[in-house]
This record gives sequence, structure tokens and C-alpha cells, in this order.
Amino acid sequence: MTEPILRTESITKYFGAVKASQDVSLELRPGEIHALIGPNGAGKSTLIKQIAGNLTPDAGRIWFDGRDVTRLGTVARARAGLGRTFQISSLAMEYTVLQNVVLGALGRDGGVMRFLLPAMKDKALVAEAEAALDRVGLIDLKSTRTADLSHGQRRQLEVAVALTLRPKAFLMDEPMAGLGAGGSKRLTGFLDTLRAEAPILLVEHDMDAVFALADRISVLVYGEVIATGTAAEIRANRDVRTAYLGEDA
Amino acid sequence: MIRETYLNALIMALLLGIPLWAHVAGQPFTITLATKVAILGLAGVGLNIALGLGGMVSLGHAVFFGIGGYAMGILAHHAQTYTPLMEAPLLIEGTKFMPAIWLVAVVVSAVVALAIGALSLRTGGVYFIMITLAFGQMFYYFAISWPAYGGEDGLSIYVRNEFPGLNTLVPIQFFAIAFVALSLGLILSHLIARSRFGLALGAARQNSERVQTVGLDPMRVKLVAFVISGAITGLAGALFADLNRFVAPTMFSWHLSGELIIFIILGGIGRLFGPVVGAGLFILLEHFLGGLSEYWLIYVGAILLGVVLFARGGLIGALSGREVAHD
Repeated sequence: MTEPILRTESITKYFGAVKASQDVSLELRPGEIHALIGPNGAGKSTLIKQIAGNLTPDAGRIWFDGRDVTRLGTVARARAGLGRTFQISSLAMEYTVLQNVVLGALGRDGGVMRFLLPAMKDKALVAEAEAALDRVGLIDLKSTRTADLSHGQRRQLEVAVALTLRPKAFLMDEPMAGLGAGGSKRLTGFLDTLRAEAPILLVEHDMDAVFALADRISVLVYGEVIATGTAAEIRANRDVRTAYLGEDA
Repeated sequence: MIRETYLNALIMALLLGIPLWAHVAGQPFTITLATKVAILGLAGVGLNIALGLGGMVSLGHAVFFGIGGYAMGILAHHAQTYTPLMEAPLLIEGTKFMPAIWLVAVVVSAVVALAIGALSLRTGGVYFIMITLAFGQMFYYFAISWPAYGGEDGLSIYVRNEFPGLNTLVPIQFFAIAFVALSLGLILSHLIARSRFGLALGAARQNSERVQTVGLDPMRVKLVAFVISGAITGLAGALFADLNRFVAPTMFSWHLSGELIIFIILGGIGRLFGPVVGAGLFILLEHFLGGLSEYWLIYVGAILLGVVLFARGGLIGALSGREVAHD
């Protein structure tokens, strides 16, 4: 079996007496979309923050691309190749769409201590940025101020920025939220092709998208992974039905 | 609405034209006023890199202005009294040579900005304002209590420092030095704003999480900006001390830090020429209203209130509209 790109090894996180993550072990393998689902308050956000580097687990380790990244911060993990999109869009709102994506290309390039040549005339950065915008279908809006975009468009823009990082894995926190039926369907199609480039750890509430896309699904309840398996296995799992789908087994 | 580029060209033409006219008309005081505008404008251009581009509201930029001033004062004082700054372990003498003084002013300001920035940038918002203010006060009281260099009374330098090929005591020639320094500061500020560094800095101002997510360290970017900002304000301080041939602890005072912020707000936050327009307006008001009343700052207060309430982009914004994205 191929080595997973991302692996959490029994990570545990407490907030006071509350166990937000309990012994969570997950793997993201090359070429797959691994969906993380769970009811509100299950600890999905806490888990994402530990994987992205905003929070350090109290116990356990996180491996990324063969390296122990448990103690690394968000910047180092992004540089290591983790491409993240946020549940609530986090963009430079005064910038144009293109400027935001060029910032992504700049982040990947790394040459930020250059003071004299204009960034928006840097052909390599702009070409990379425009290619990414084209892929998510935002190229026509490249000169629009980001603050003037709809929520769904901001989501697409976040994905475009993540693309410019050419990450080794994507970490996407509810990319479908606020997209509407059409947009959601289009993004589902796009993510479907994206997994060949880099695997995706996908937190999503849109169950249609999850069951359409995910190679494997992990279900998080009260900070604990109660099941991991294919869509069919998860659908058939009694614990999941009880805990998550709210049915009496 | 006037295009910002034309407006900027007009401002430069006025700042250059008025003293030239005054030179011909034999009005040296007007040249001195224009020199003051150029120098304080340069100090504001420095602050604008931290405040306008990087969103760091520093209420301690007088530290760098004062360091520049004292770099000039101390070096020139030793030169005019023929006493070395230190003899052991190596001999350092004073100097009246402007480029050497500027170099010292810029380097010391940059080093101090690195230290202050590294500590202050751990905080944000109102705490950043307070910690930079605290550093400013420390330098102010240190200067007051340092008898070797005049303490509260400051240092007088009898003859203006030298620049090769110029007679710096001729007002228009000293103005030329200040004008070139301002122009270079503006060019640097313009280049930085559009550069890769500027793109990252602007993003760090708007959303530091965004910058981290693309693998860049927003604190590092801001710290470098703070150092550049402090160095430019330090250079302005050295020129200001030379203009007055006098340096005193008031150059470190928080009033001055506040005035620099007022320049930027009056002119337009983050606008290239904002600090120049703001400094110009401030000095014109000081000159004309100051003649009418000791309490002329009341009027500045009223104007500031008007700008903050009705013209957020400052004077530049009111005349040329919202800043266009540069791409």
C-alpha cells in the first residue's frame, strides 16, 4: 500500500475538561478524497486546526509527507505543501481577485523580500494565478474587488489560491457552503478531477457531495472517530446511523 | 476628480516651484517653510510604510525622528568641540559630513526599529499603539536626563553640516537636499507598495491568516516594513535637526509621533503623497493660524474631525477618488 501523505496518530486535545479530540487517527492517501463528517460540535474544526497548525495536540503526532509536523506552525505546514481553504472565507478583501491569487503564487515562489519590481507585472506569477482562476471559473472576475464577490465566489477564489500553492494535499473546510445547487454541482465535478493532483481531506455538510466524491469517509462524534470506510460501509454502519444520522437503530 | 498621478505631479510642482519663486523674490523664510514641509513629509512617508501599507499604527515614530536628530547632533557636537566620541577600543570622531551623518541616522534607526518592532509586533491593535508610545516616552525621558548632550536644553550646532559641492547655509541649496531626499523616499515607497513585498505587506494588513495560509510569515514581513519605515523617518530626523541647527528631546516627544499620524490622516492613509500633503497643510495652518492665535491647533482638530468624518481618503482621496488597484 502507498504511504499516506497525511497521517494523524492518536491525537488528543482537551479544552479544560472537554475532550475535543480523542485518540484520532486518520490517513489521507494519495489520489483519494477522504471526507470528514460529523454533527455540529463533534470536533471537526478543532481537528482541522490541529492538522493545519493553529492548535497543537496535547498528545499524539501528525505526519505530513513523511515528516513529523506536530510542532510546526501554520506557515511551515503551508510551505511543506498543505493547501487549506477555510469554512469562513479568509481573503484579502481590499485586493482584487487576481491580487489574491498572485499572493498565493508568491507564497509558493517564496521570494517575498523583493522590493523594487512590481508584483502584478511579474509574468510568471500572474500566469500561474490566471491559470488557477481559469480552472475555478473566476477568470472573468479577476479585476473585481474581493469584497464585492458573492460568498460562493469567495469560496471558489479560496480554492484558486490553494491551487497556486501546488500543494501535496488539500485541506478543505466546507467548500460547498453558500454555493447554491448549481455551484455546488460544478465544484463537486472539479474536486472529482482534482484528487488526481493531490488528495483532499474534505470537511463537508453537503451529504450529496460527500457521498458522490469521497473514496473514504470518517465519522467524528464527540471528538472520536467512530467509523472509517467507503460510502457504502458508512451508510450501512449502525453506530453512524444512531449517532449521526439520528436514527434509532 | 483628478487622476492621482496628475495630482501628485501638481503637488511636487508646487513644492518645488514655491521655494524657487521665493528664492528669486528674496524670501528665505518661505524656503525654510518649504524645506520643513519636505522633511516632515519625508518623516511621514516613512511612517506611511508602517501605518498605511502595513496597518501598524505606531505612536512612537518620534523615536526614529529623534534618533536621526541626535545622530546629527552628537556627531556634529563632537566635531565642533574637537572631542572624539570615544577613544578606546577604537577612536571614533565626530563629523560634519552630511552623508556620513545620514548613514549613521539610517543605520541606528533601523537597528532600533528592529528591536522595537520585534517586541511590539507580538501585540496588535490598541496594545501595539500603547507599546510604541511607551518606547517613545522611554527615549524622550532618556534624552532629557542625558546631560552629556544637553539634557532638557538640547544641543546647538553653530554651523550647518557640509555636503560636497553645496553651500548648505544657502536656504535654496539646503532645500534642494531635502527635496531630493523626499523624492527618493517617495520613489522607494512607490516601488515597495507595488512590489512582491508590498503585495504581501498589504495582505498582512488586511488578513494575516491569509498570508500564513500561502506559506508566508506575516510578522516577518511587517517587521521588515517597520525597519524600513523607521530608517526613513530617522533620515528625516537628521535633516530636520540640520534645518534647525538644533536638536532637543522634543524630537522624541509623543506630540511629534501624533503629528506624523495627523499628516497621514489629513493627506490620505496609505496614499503615496498623503504625508506630503498632510505635512504641507499642517505647516501652512501653523504658519497662518499660528499668527492669529496661540490655540491654532483647535482649527487643526476641527479639520481632522472633518476629514475623518467626511473624507476618509484624506485630501488626496477627496480630490482623486478611491485608490485604484494596481494591476
